[in-house]
Amino acid sequence: MTAYKDIVRDGLWSNNVGLVQVLGLCPLLAVTGTFINGLGLGLATMTTLVTTNVIVSLIRKLVRPEVRIPVFVLVIASVVTVIELSMSAYLYGLYKVLGIFIPLIVTNCSIIGRAEAFASKNSVGRAFLDGFSMGLGFLLVLVTLGSLREIIGQGTLFSQAHLMFGEAARTWTITFVHDYSGFLLAILPPGAFMGLGLLIALKNTIDRRKAKRSVPLAVKEIESHA
Amino acid sequence: MTYRPVLISAVFLFLFAVIGSGLVAFTHNSTAERIAENQRRALLKSLNELVPASDYDNDIYSDILYVNNSELLGTDEAVPVYRARKGGWPVAAVLTPIAPDGYNGEIRLLVAIKLDGTLAGVRVLQQRETPGLGDNIEAERSDWILGFNGKSLNDPRQEQWKVKRDGGVFDQFTGATITPRAVVKAVKNTLLYYKQYGHNLFEQHPQPTNKS
Repeated sequence: MTAYKDIVRDGLWSNNVGLVQVLGLCPLLAVTGTFINGLGLGLATMTTLVTTNVIVSLIRKLVRPEVRIPVFVLVIASVVTVIELSMSAYLYGLYKVLGIFIPLIVTNCSIIGRAEAFASKNSVGRAFLDGFSMGLGFLLVLVTLGSLREIIGQGTLFSQAHLMFGEAARTWTITFVHDYSGFLLAILPPGAFMGLGLLIALKNTIDRRKAKRSVPLAVKEIESHA
Repeated sequence: MTYRPVLISAVFLFLFAVIGSGLVAFTHNSTAERIAENQRRALLKSLNELVPASDYDNDIYSDILYVNNSELLGTDEAVPVYRARKGGWPVAAVLTPIAPDGYNGEIRLLVAIKLDGTLAGVRVLQQRETPGLGDNIEAERSDWILGFNGKSLNDPRQEQWKVKRDGGVFDQFTGATITPRAVVKAVKNTLLYYKQYGHNLFEQHPQPTNKS
Protein backbone atom coordinates (compact mmCIF):
# COMPACT_ATOMS: atom_id res chain seq x y z
CA MET A 1 0.00 0.00 0.00
CA THR A 2 1.27 3.40 -0.95
CA ALA A 3 1.44 5.88 1.89
CA TYR A 4 -0.65 9.04 1.55
CA LYS A 5 2.50 11.14 1.36
CA ASP A 6 3.78 9.07 -1.55
CA ILE A 7 0.47 9.36 -3.41
CA VAL A 8 0.75 13.12 -3.25
CA ARG A 9 4.42 13.17 -4.18
CA ASP A 10 3.79 10.82 -7.14
CA GLY A 11 1.04 13.00 -8.51
CA LEU A 12 2.76 16.33 -8.08
CA TRP A 13 6.31 15.37 -8.94
CA SER A 14 7.83 11.92 -9.36
CA ASN A 15 5.06 10.46 -11.57
CA ASN A 16 3.61 13.73 -12.88
CA VAL A 17 1.07 13.21 -15.68
CA GLY A 18 2.51 15.91 -17.91
CA LEU A 19 6.23 15.79 -17.14
CA VAL A 20 6.88 12.09 -16.44
CA GLN A 21 4.03 10.03 -17.89
CA VAL A 22 3.78 12.59 -20.73
CA LEU A 23 0.06 11.75 -21.14
CA GLY A 24 -2.73 14.01 -22.31
CA LEU A 25 -0.40 15.86 -24.65
CA CYS A 26 -3.11 16.90 -27.10
CA PRO A 27 -4.96 19.26 -24.73
CA LEU A 28 -1.75 20.08 -22.90
CA LEU A 29 -0.12 21.49 -26.01
CA ALA A 30 -3.22 22.88 -27.68
CA VAL A 31 -4.81 25.07 -25.03
CA THR A 32 -1.83 26.36 -23.06
CA GLY A 33 -1.58 29.61 -25.00
CA THR A 34 -2.54 31.58 -21.91
CA PHE A 35 -2.61 31.17 -18.13
CA ILE A 36 -6.41 31.22 -17.98
CA ASN A 37 -6.83 28.55 -20.67
CA GLY A 38 -4.38 26.31 -18.83
CA LEU A 39 -6.17 26.87 -15.54
CA GLY A 40 -9.59 26.18 -17.07
CA LEU A 41 -8.62 22.92 -18.71
CA GLY A 42 -6.58 21.94 -15.66
CA LEU A 43 -9.56 22.39 -13.33
CA ALA A 44 -11.87 20.48 -15.69
CA THR A 45 -9.39 17.61 -15.96
CA MET A 46 -8.81 17.58 -12.22
CA THR A 47 -12.52 17.45 -11.47
CA THR A 48 -12.88 14.58 -13.94
CA LEU A 49 -9.97 12.66 -12.43
CA VAL A 50 -11.21 13.02 -8.85
CA THR A 51 -14.79 12.05 -9.75
CA THR A 52 -13.92 9.07 -11.94
CA ASN A 53 -11.34 7.80 -9.46
CA VAL A 54 -13.88 7.88 -6.63
CA ILE A 55 -16.60 6.18 -8.69
CA VAL A 56 -14.25 3.51 -10.01
CA SER A 57 -12.99 2.83 -6.51
CA LEU A 58 -16.56 2.59 -5.17
CA ILE A 59 -17.53 -0.03 -7.74
CA ARG A 60 -14.19 -1.86 -7.84
CA LYS A 61 -15.53 -4.93 -6.03
CA LEU A 62 -18.66 -5.18 -8.19
CA VAL A 63 -17.05 -4.94 -11.60
CA ARG A 64 -15.97 -8.25 -13.10
CA PRO A 65 -12.48 -8.03 -14.62
CA GLU A 66 -13.61 -8.87 -18.17
CA VAL A 67 -15.95 -5.87 -18.42
CA ARG A 68 -13.97 -3.41 -16.30
CA ILE A 69 -12.55 -1.36 -19.20
CA PRO A 70 -15.96 -0.71 -20.87
CA VAL A 71 -17.40 0.18 -17.47
CA PHE A 72 -14.55 2.63 -16.78
CA VAL A 73 -15.02 4.17 -20.22
CA LEU A 74 -18.75 4.58 -19.53
CA VAL A 75 -18.05 6.24 -16.19
CA ILE A 76 -15.46 8.59 -17.67
CA ALA A 77 -17.60 9.52 -20.69
CA SER A 78 -20.64 10.25 -18.50
CA VAL A 79 -18.66 12.35 -16.03
CA VAL A 80 -16.98 14.38 -18.76
CA THR A 81 -20.28 15.03 -20.52
CA VAL A 82 -21.82 16.21 -17.25
CA ILE A 83 -18.85 18.54 -16.69
CA GLU A 84 -19.06 19.80 -20.27
CA LEU A 85 -22.76 20.61 -19.94
CA SER A 86 -22.24 22.30 -16.58
CA MET A 87 -19.40 24.44 -17.93
CA SER A 88 -21.50 25.43 -20.89
CA ALA A 89 -24.23 26.48 -18.47
CA TYR A 90 -22.20 28.24 -15.80
CA LEU A 91 -18.85 29.22 -17.40
CA TYR A 92 -19.98 29.91 -20.94
CA GLY A 93 -17.13 32.25 -21.91
CA LEU A 94 -14.45 29.79 -20.87
CA TYR A 95 -16.38 26.94 -22.44
CA LYS A 96 -16.27 28.74 -25.77
CA VAL A 97 -12.53 29.31 -25.50
CA LEU A 98 -11.69 25.72 -24.55
CA GLY A 99 -14.26 24.40 -27.02
CA ILE A 100 -13.56 20.93 -28.29
CA PHE A 101 -10.94 20.22 -25.61
CA ILE A 102 -13.53 19.76 -22.88
CA PRO A 103 -15.20 16.70 -24.49
CA LEU A 104 -11.72 15.54 -25.49
CA ILE A 105 -10.86 15.08 -21.80
CA VAL A 106 -12.47 11.66 -22.34
CA THR A 107 -9.51 10.71 -24.49
CA ASN A 108 -6.92 11.86 -21.96
CA CYS A 109 -5.17 8.55 -21.30
CA SER A 110 -4.16 9.59 -17.81
CA ILE A 111 -7.78 9.31 -16.66
CA ILE A 112 -8.43 5.72 -17.68
CA GLY A 113 -4.82 5.06 -16.71
CA ARG A 114 -5.45 6.13 -13.10
CA ALA A 115 -8.75 4.24 -13.03
CA GLU A 116 -7.10 1.02 -14.14
CA ALA A 117 -3.74 1.34 -12.39
CA PHE A 118 -4.81 2.89 -9.10
CA ALA A 119 -8.49 3.50 -8.35
CA SER A 120 -9.62 -0.04 -9.20
CA LYS A 121 -7.21 -1.44 -6.62
CA ASN A 122 -7.46 1.09 -3.79
CA SER A 123 -9.86 2.41 -1.18
CA VAL A 124 -12.06 5.43 -1.92
CA GLY A 125 -9.96 7.75 0.23
CA ARG A 126 -6.74 6.80 -1.52
CA ALA A 127 -8.36 6.95 -4.96
CA PHE A 128 -9.66 10.44 -4.16
CA LEU A 129 -6.23 11.61 -3.05
CA ASP A 130 -4.62 10.04 -6.11
CA GLY A 131 -7.08 11.74 -8.46
CA PHE A 132 -6.59 15.03 -6.68
CA SER A 133 -2.78 14.86 -6.73
CA MET A 134 -2.51 13.63 -10.31
CA GLY A 135 -5.03 16.28 -11.40
CA LEU A 136 -3.23 19.01 -9.49
CA GLY A 137 0.11 17.90 -10.96
CA PHE A 138 -1.36 18.14 -14.46
CA LEU A 139 -2.98 21.49 -13.67
CA LEU A 140 0.32 22.92 -12.44
CA VAL A 141 2.06 21.89 -15.66
CA LEU A 142 -0.76 23.40 -17.75
CA VAL A 143 -0.65 26.65 -15.79
CA THR A 144 3.15 26.92 -15.89
CA LEU A 145 3.29 26.25 -19.61
CA GLY A 146 0.36 28.62 -20.20
CA SER A 147 2.04 31.42 -18.22
CA LEU A 148 5.37 30.95 -19.99
CA ARG A 149 3.81 31.00 -23.43
CA GLU A 150 1.59 33.95 -22.60
CA ILE A 151 4.44 36.04 -21.19
CA ILE A 152 6.82 35.27 -24.05
CA GLY A 153 4.20 35.23 -26.79
CA GLN A 154 1.99 38.19 -25.86
CA GLY A 155 3.89 39.96 -23.12
CA THR A 156 0.94 39.63 -20.72
CA LEU A 157 -0.26 37.44 -17.87
CA PHE A 158 -3.82 36.64 -16.71
CA SER A 159 -5.35 38.05 -19.90
CA GLN A 160 -9.02 37.15 -20.39
CA ALA A 161 -9.38 36.33 -16.71
CA HIS A 162 -12.97 37.61 -16.95
CA LEU A 163 -13.90 34.41 -18.77
CA MET A 164 -13.49 32.57 -15.48
CA PHE A 165 -13.83 35.12 -12.72
CA GLY A 166 -16.43 37.50 -14.12
CA GLU A 167 -16.30 41.08 -15.34
CA ALA A 168 -14.35 42.38 -12.34
CA ALA A 169 -11.36 40.31 -13.46
CA ARG A 170 -10.90 42.27 -16.68
CA THR A 171 -8.42 44.48 -14.87
CA TRP A 172 -6.25 41.58 -13.69
CA THR A 173 -4.23 41.47 -16.88
CA ILE A 174 -0.58 42.26 -16.21
CA THR A 175 1.18 43.77 -19.19
CA PHE A 176 4.92 43.32 -19.00
CA VAL A 177 5.96 45.15 -22.14
CA HIS A 178 3.79 47.84 -23.68
CA ASP A 179 3.45 47.79 -27.47
CA TYR A 180 4.95 44.31 -27.47
CA SER A 181 4.74 43.00 -31.02
CA GLY A 182 4.47 39.43 -29.74
CA PHE A 183 6.63 36.39 -30.28
CA LEU A 184 4.59 34.20 -32.56
CA LEU A 185 6.60 31.02 -32.07
CA ALA A 186 5.62 30.82 -28.41
CA ILE A 187 1.91 30.96 -29.22
CA LEU A 188 1.99 28.45 -32.07
CA PRO A 189 2.16 24.67 -31.49
CA PRO A 190 5.96 24.43 -31.93
CA GLY A 191 6.32 26.79 -28.99
CA ALA A 192 4.18 24.45 -26.92
CA PHE A 193 6.43 21.50 -27.71
CA MET A 194 9.56 23.50 -26.93
CA GLY A 195 8.07 24.83 -23.71
CA LEU A 196 7.09 21.34 -22.55
CA GLY A 197 10.54 20.05 -23.53
CA LEU A 198 12.18 22.76 -21.43
CA LEU A 199 9.91 22.00 -18.45
CA ILE A 200 10.74 18.27 -18.64
CA ALA A 201 14.45 19.10 -18.92
CA LEU A 202 14.18 21.41 -15.91
CA LYS A 203 12.49 18.70 -13.86
CA ASN A 204 15.15 16.16 -14.82
CA THR A 205 17.92 18.60 -13.91
CA ILE A 206 16.40 19.22 -10.50
CA ASP A 207 16.02 15.47 -9.93
CA ARG A 208 19.64 14.84 -10.89
CA ARG A 209 20.92 17.61 -8.59
CA LYS A 210 18.89 16.15 -5.76
CA ALA A 211 20.19 12.64 -6.46
CA LYS A 212 23.78 13.93 -6.47
CA ARG A 213 23.30 15.72 -3.21
CA SER A 214 21.73 12.71 -1.54
CA VAL A 215 24.46 10.24 -2.65
CA PRO A 216 27.19 11.59 -0.38
CA LEU A 217 24.66 11.58 2.41
CA ALA A 218 23.85 7.93 1.83
CA VAL A 219 27.51 7.08 1.72
CA LYS A 220 28.04 8.88 5.02
CA GLU A 221 25.18 6.94 6.51
CA ILE A 222 26.73 3.64 5.45
CA GLU A 223 30.05 4.76 6.82
CA SER A 224 28.55 5.72 10.12
CA HIS A 225 26.85 2.35 10.37
CA ALA A 226 30.02 0.51 9.58
CA MET B 1 -18.74 -23.80 -19.81
CA THR B 2 -21.35 -21.82 -17.99
CA TYR B 3 -23.09 -18.71 -19.23
CA ARG B 4 -23.75 -17.29 -15.80
CA PRO B 5 -20.68 -15.03 -15.37
CA VAL B 6 -21.05 -13.67 -18.89
CA LEU B 7 -24.68 -12.90 -18.23
CA ILE B 8 -23.90 -11.16 -14.94
CA SER B 9 -21.24 -9.07 -16.66
CA ALA B 10 -23.60 -8.16 -19.46
CA VAL B 11 -26.34 -7.12 -17.04
CA PHE B 12 -23.84 -5.10 -15.03
CA LEU B 13 -22.59 -3.34 -18.14
CA PHE B 14 -26.17 -2.65 -19.19
CA LEU B 15 -26.95 -1.18 -15.77
CA PHE B 16 -24.00 1.13 -16.02
CA ALA B 17 -24.98 2.25 -19.48
CA VAL B 18 -28.44 3.10 -18.11
CA ILE B 19 -27.09 4.94 -15.07
CA GLY B 20 -24.55 6.83 -17.19
CA SER B 21 -27.07 7.88 -19.82
CA GLY B 22 -29.56 8.76 -17.09
CA LEU B 23 -27.03 11.04 -15.44
CA VAL B 24 -26.21 12.75 -18.72
CA ALA B 25 -29.89 13.10 -19.62
CA PHE B 26 -30.65 14.59 -16.20
CA THR B 27 -27.80 17.12 -16.50
CA HIS B 28 -28.84 17.99 -20.02
CA ASN B 29 -32.38 18.53 -18.87
CA SER B 30 -31.41 20.81 -16.02
CA THR B 31 -28.87 22.86 -18.00
CA ALA B 32 -30.41 23.06 -21.50
CA GLU B 33 -32.40 26.19 -20.76
CA ARG B 34 -29.45 27.98 -19.24
CA ILE B 35 -27.17 27.00 -22.12
CA ALA B 36 -29.66 28.27 -24.71
CA GLU B 37 -29.96 31.48 -22.70
CA ASN B 38 -26.16 31.83 -22.64
CA GLN B 39 -25.97 31.43 -26.41
CA ARG B 40 -28.78 33.92 -26.86
CA ARG B 41 -27.13 36.45 -24.59
CA ALA B 42 -23.72 36.03 -26.25
CA LEU B 43 -25.19 36.65 -29.69
CA LEU B 44 -27.35 39.53 -28.46
CA LYS B 45 -24.27 41.11 -26.94
CA SER B 46 -22.47 41.02 -30.29
CA LEU B 47 -25.59 42.28 -32.06
CA ASN B 48 -25.98 45.16 -29.60
CA GLU B 49 -22.39 46.22 -30.12
CA LEU B 50 -23.32 46.85 -33.74
CA VAL B 51 -26.90 48.00 -33.41
CA PRO B 52 -27.43 49.65 -29.99
CA ALA B 53 -30.40 48.22 -28.10
CA SER B 54 -31.96 51.71 -27.96
CA ASP B 55 -32.15 51.85 -31.75
CA TYR B 56 -34.66 49.03 -32.10
CA ASP B 57 -37.64 47.71 -30.18
CA ASN B 58 -38.37 44.34 -31.77
CA ASP B 59 -37.18 40.93 -30.59
CA ILE B 60 -34.14 40.93 -32.87
CA TYR B 61 -33.12 37.45 -31.80
CA SER B 62 -36.32 35.92 -33.15
CA ASP B 63 -36.80 38.22 -36.13
CA ILE B 64 -34.68 36.01 -38.33
CA LEU B 65 -34.71 35.42 -42.04
CA TYR B 66 -32.58 32.74 -43.69
CA VAL B 67 -31.02 33.71 -46.99
CA ASN B 68 -28.96 31.81 -49.49
CA ASN B 69 -26.42 33.27 -51.90
CA SER B 70 -23.21 31.31 -52.40
CA GLU B 71 -21.63 33.97 -54.58
CA LEU B 72 -21.96 36.98 -52.30
CA LEU B 73 -22.37 35.44 -48.84
CA GLY B 74 -19.57 32.91 -49.22
CA THR B 75 -21.43 29.71 -48.43
CA ASP B 76 -23.96 27.29 -49.87
CA GLU B 77 -25.76 27.14 -46.53
CA ALA B 78 -28.61 29.45 -45.74
CA VAL B 79 -27.30 32.07 -43.30
CA PRO B 80 -29.40 33.97 -40.76
CA VAL B 81 -30.21 37.66 -41.13
CA TYR B 82 -31.24 39.43 -37.92
CA ARG B 83 -33.57 42.35 -38.50
CA ALA B 84 -33.77 45.39 -36.26
CA ARG B 85 -36.95 47.49 -36.38
CA LYS B 86 -38.32 50.39 -34.42
CA GLY B 87 -42.05 50.98 -34.27
CA GLY B 88 -42.38 48.48 -37.10
CA TRP B 89 -40.00 50.42 -39.35
CA PRO B 90 -36.79 48.75 -40.53
CA VAL B 91 -33.63 50.07 -38.87
CA ALA B 92 -30.82 47.72 -39.78
CA ALA B 93 -30.11 44.22 -41.01
CA VAL B 94 -27.37 42.09 -39.47
CA LEU B 95 -26.10 39.51 -41.91
CA THR B 96 -23.84 36.58 -41.11
CA PRO B 97 -21.71 35.99 -44.20
CA ILE B 98 -18.62 33.82 -44.42
CA ALA B 99 -15.26 34.88 -45.81
CA PRO B 100 -14.31 31.56 -47.41
CA ASP B 101 -10.71 32.47 -48.26
CA GLY B 102 -9.09 33.22 -44.91
CA TYR B 103 -5.51 32.12 -44.31
CA ASN B 104 -6.73 29.17 -42.32
CA GLY B 105 -10.21 28.41 -43.63
CA GLU B 106 -13.52 30.15 -43.19
CA ILE B 107 -14.01 33.34 -41.21
CA ARG B 108 -17.57 33.84 -39.97
CA LEU B 109 -18.61 37.48 -39.78
CA LEU B 110 -21.41 39.56 -38.37
CA VAL B 111 -22.11 42.49 -40.70
CA ALA B 112 -24.63 45.11 -39.63
CA ILE B 113 -25.98 47.33 -42.40
CA LYS B 114 -28.22 50.32 -41.72
CA LEU B 115 -31.29 50.85 -43.86
CA ASP B 116 -29.48 53.39 -46.07
CA GLY B 117 -26.72 50.89 -46.91
CA THR B 118 -23.97 52.23 -44.62
CA LEU B 119 -22.22 49.84 -42.28
CA ALA B 120 -23.17 50.00 -38.62
CA GLY B 121 -20.20 47.75 -37.99
CA VAL B 122 -18.55 44.40 -38.51
CA ARG B 123 -17.48 41.74 -35.99
CA VAL B 124 -15.84 38.35 -36.25
CA LEU B 125 -17.95 35.45 -35.00
CA GLN B 126 -15.49 32.65 -35.63
CA GLN B 127 -12.00 32.40 -37.09
CA ARG B 128 -8.93 30.21 -37.03
CA GLU B 129 -6.39 32.71 -38.31
CA THR B 130 -2.79 32.79 -37.12
CA PRO B 131 -2.70 33.95 -33.50
CA GLY B 132 -0.87 37.23 -33.11
CA LEU B 133 -1.08 38.06 -36.82
CA GLY B 134 -4.35 37.30 -38.58
CA ASP B 135 -6.43 37.34 -35.42
CA ASN B 136 -6.04 41.11 -35.22
CA ILE B 137 -9.35 41.17 -37.07
CA GLU B 138 -10.95 40.44 -33.65
CA ALA B 139 -12.26 43.58 -31.96
CA GLU B 140 -10.67 42.39 -28.69
CA ARG B 141 -7.21 42.32 -30.25
CA SER B 142 -7.09 45.45 -32.40
CA ASP B 143 -9.20 48.33 -33.68
CA TRP B 144 -8.87 47.28 -37.30
CA ILE B 145 -12.42 45.94 -37.63
CA LEU B 146 -13.85 49.23 -36.36
CA GLY B 147 -12.51 50.83 -39.55
CA PHE B 148 -15.59 49.53 -41.35
CA ASN B 149 -17.97 51.65 -39.27
CA GLY B 150 -19.87 54.12 -41.44
CA LYS B 151 -18.41 52.82 -44.70
CA SER B 152 -20.63 52.02 -47.66
CA LEU B 153 -20.38 51.10 -51.32
CA ASN B 154 -20.04 54.83 -52.16
CA ASP B 155 -17.47 55.54 -49.48
CA PRO B 156 -14.92 54.36 -50.49
CA ARG B 157 -15.79 53.79 -54.12
CA GLN B 158 -16.34 50.18 -55.09
CA GLU B 159 -13.00 49.66 -56.80
CA GLN B 160 -11.25 50.82 -53.63
CA TRP B 161 -12.83 48.16 -51.42
CA LYS B 162 -9.45 46.43 -51.13
CA VAL B 163 -6.51 46.37 -48.77
CA LYS B 164 -3.85 48.99 -49.42
CA ARG B 165 -1.44 46.53 -50.97
CA ASP B 166 -4.02 45.81 -53.69
CA GLY B 167 -4.59 49.52 -54.29
CA GLY B 168 -7.52 49.97 -51.93
CA VAL B 169 -8.07 51.98 -48.74
CA PHE B 170 -8.08 49.34 -46.00
CA ASP B 171 -4.99 48.61 -43.91
CA GLN B 172 -3.41 45.20 -43.99
CA PHE B 173 -1.39 43.86 -41.06
CA THR B 174 2.38 43.56 -41.07
CA GLY B 175 2.99 39.98 -42.08
CA ALA B 176 -0.66 39.19 -42.73
CA THR B 177 -2.39 40.39 -45.86
CA ILE B 178 -4.52 37.38 -46.69
CA THR B 179 -6.78 37.62 -43.64
CA PRO B 180 -7.75 41.32 -43.99
CA ARG B 181 -8.09 40.85 -47.75
CA ALA B 182 -10.59 38.04 -47.18
CA VAL B 183 -12.58 40.09 -44.66
CA VAL B 184 -12.67 43.23 -46.83
CA LYS B 185 -13.87 41.16 -49.78
CA ALA B 186 -16.56 39.45 -47.73
CA VAL B 187 -17.84 42.77 -46.31
CA LYS B 188 -17.91 44.30 -49.77
CA ASN B 189 -19.82 41.31 -51.13
CA THR B 190 -22.28 41.58 -48.27
CA LEU B 191 -22.88 45.24 -49.15
CA LEU B 192 -23.41 44.23 -52.77
CA TYR B 193 -25.89 41.61 -51.61
CA TYR B 194 -27.72 44.21 -49.54
CA LYS B 195 -27.82 46.60 -52.49
CA GLN B 196 -29.38 43.91 -54.65
CA TYR B 197 -31.74 42.22 -52.20
CA GLY B 198 -31.89 44.59 -49.22
CA HIS B 199 -35.36 45.92 -49.99
CA ASN B 200 -36.62 42.37 -49.73
CA LEU B 201 -35.01 41.52 -46.41
CA PHE B 202 -37.46 43.35 -44.20
CA GLU B 203 -40.65 42.36 -45.95
CA GLN B 204 -40.62 38.63 -45.38
CA HIS B 205 -41.90 36.98 -42.24
CA PRO B 206 -39.45 35.58 -39.71
CA GLN B 207 -38.57 31.89 -40.09
CA PRO B 208 -37.27 30.90 -36.71
CA THR B 209 -37.64 27.18 -37.30
CA ASN B 210 -35.67 26.85 -40.51
CA LYS B 211 -32.24 25.92 -39.29
CA SER B 212 -30.91 24.09 -42.35
